[in-house]
Amino acid sequence: MAAGAASGGSARADTYKDARGWLLLPSWAVLGIFVLGPVCMMLIYSFLTKEFRGGVIWEPSLAAYDQFFFDRGLFGDEPPKLEWTYITIFWRSIWQAGAATLLSLLIGFPTAYFIATRPENVRPVWVFLITIPYWVNLLIRTVSMKFLLRDQGPLNDFLIGTGLIDSPIHIVNTNFAVQLGLFYSYLPFMVLPIYAAVERYNFSLSEAAADLYASKWTTLRRIVLPAVKPGVVAGCILVFVPSMGSFLAPDLLGGAKNFMIGSLIEEQFKGNAGNWPFGAAASMILLTMVLIILMFSARQQAKADKAGG
Amino acid sequence: MAHVNENIKTYKGFRAITLLCLVVLYAPLVIVTIYSFNASQSITNWEGLSFRWYADVFTGPESAKFKSAAFNSFTIAIMAATASTMIATLAATAMVRGGQFKMRTVSFGLISLPLMVPEIVTAVATLIFFNAIGFTRGYLTILVAHVAFCIPFAYLPISARMQGIEDSFEQAAMDLYATRRQAFTKILMPLMAPGIISGFLLAFIVSLDDFIITNFVKGAGVETLPTAIFGSVKQGIKPNIMAISTMLLSVSIVMVTISYFVSKSDSTK
Repeated sequence: MAAGAASGGSARADTYKDARGWLLLPSWAVLGIFVLGPVCMMLIYSFLTKEFRGGVIWEPSLAAYDQFFFDRGLFGDEPPKLEWTYITIFWRSIWQAGAATLLSLLIGFPTAYFIATRPENVRPVWVFLITIPYWVNLLIRTVSMKFLLRDQGPLNDFLIGTGLIDSPIHIVNTNFAVQLGLFYSYLPFMVLPIYAAVERYNFSLSEAAADLYASKWTTLRRIVLPAVKPGVVAGCILVFVPSMGSFLAPDLLGGAKNFMIGSLIEEQFKGNAGNWPFGAAASMILLTMVLIILMFSARQQAKADKAGG
Repeated sequence: MAHVNENIKTYKGFRAITLLCLVVLYAPLVIVTIYSFNASQSITNWEGLSFRWYADVFTGPESAKFKSAAFNSFTIAIMAATASTMIATLAATAMVRGGQFKMRTVSFGLISLPLMVPEIVTAVATLIFFNAIGFTRGYLTILVAHVAFCIPFAYLPISARMQGIEDSFEQAAMDLYATRRQAFTKILMPLMAPGIISGFLLAFIVSLDDFIITNFVKGAGVETLPTAIFGSVKQGIKPNIMAISTMLLSVSIVMVTISYFVSKSDSTK
């Protein structure tokens, strides 16, 4: 009986063994044609020649990647120097995403820990409260954030009203505003995996540490944190990855000086720059970085599973 | 498990941080909701309670734009959620009830692809794809793109639910001479209902909320609510945008709440 319940019909159930090809066909077709196919197409486009009003000429070229990494002067005849413009934009994206991840971790870890130590029946309510905002339109959330943080916005009004400050703090159009926006966009992704890890944590270990005269903070640092590390790593990746390629937070909260990869890519297709192969190349570079991070995390996870099992 | 002293588990300050976290998450939404009822023309000064900006959304100078955007948004969300839920249900049946097979990991990777690829990359790729095959961008391209990226959101709750249902129910039915089709429609589907409903609702919200991919694959003149709102916000936040945002966020919150209670009902089986 126990074995039957544990299997839950998952591992051994094979009622539809002979039909699985047909059952999987629609998802394979839709995702293959409209997601995987387009990504391959994008890879090809990144090696084509640009047409000036958007689009491509079907002529193989490395110009897009060359433009990304090298500066060959105005007429393209000077010896190549390293081009810093785009590398700087990528670096800023990584930095901003990293800062947002750190902010999410500092707020998200205590939150997740607190929720996981509530009585079992109220935990889902807390989790629900944390996740609701995630399901609200990201655009609306970002606009709301901007509304709140404006120089004449409610936050500054409140701070001036209470006499804490004399003149409004400029938050919008700074790096910090973007970090705040990213933090706000993806915080639940940090809280949920850490929550799941802390919930599985065996608190007898903390008690044992306390019996051996460890202080509470030592216990947190030396016992709890290592035990829930896979959850923390997962949370950091889930915040970092979408932050790096985000468009709305830097566009609405950051202004022109705080350009990130998302805006650079968008500009190639929607804006006046209109260099499709370059946009495709920048997207490929972003995608490669993301895939490397995901592979690294999958390996870490596998290692943790092995150690745990 | 042995009872652990609460004092050892809890940390001072963690409760305060959690409450701060909730304040940060909800404050912007609450503030915008409040200001959407502001009578003033300006978004800065409060001049009393009024529904004028809600009236403006429906009858004001921009009402035609909002109406067609709302029509596009909701019809696309309903169709995309329906299609992706059906596709995800079939896929989940194969993945959870199809035994072990080689392509299982690959299939799972393909299904979760839209979650792994950054949204802006999917958007660029889809735009390039439609351009390459010479497909005119418009309503249909938005719909197709939405069906694709909604599949994982529908799939996750559906497959989670199916994993929780023992296949002995279907086996028993088939031992009693039910055909597999009957076992599927009469036994598995009713048990699956909560998973399918929450999968549908999540796909619906994700479609309704999408901005980035829609912005790339929509044709000129075709707008959904998020792209229409983005277009307006570029010229500054106006009170009617706050009213329309409040309505849209209410729809999302109601949907998520329904989804929560539906999936909660199944844990009490």
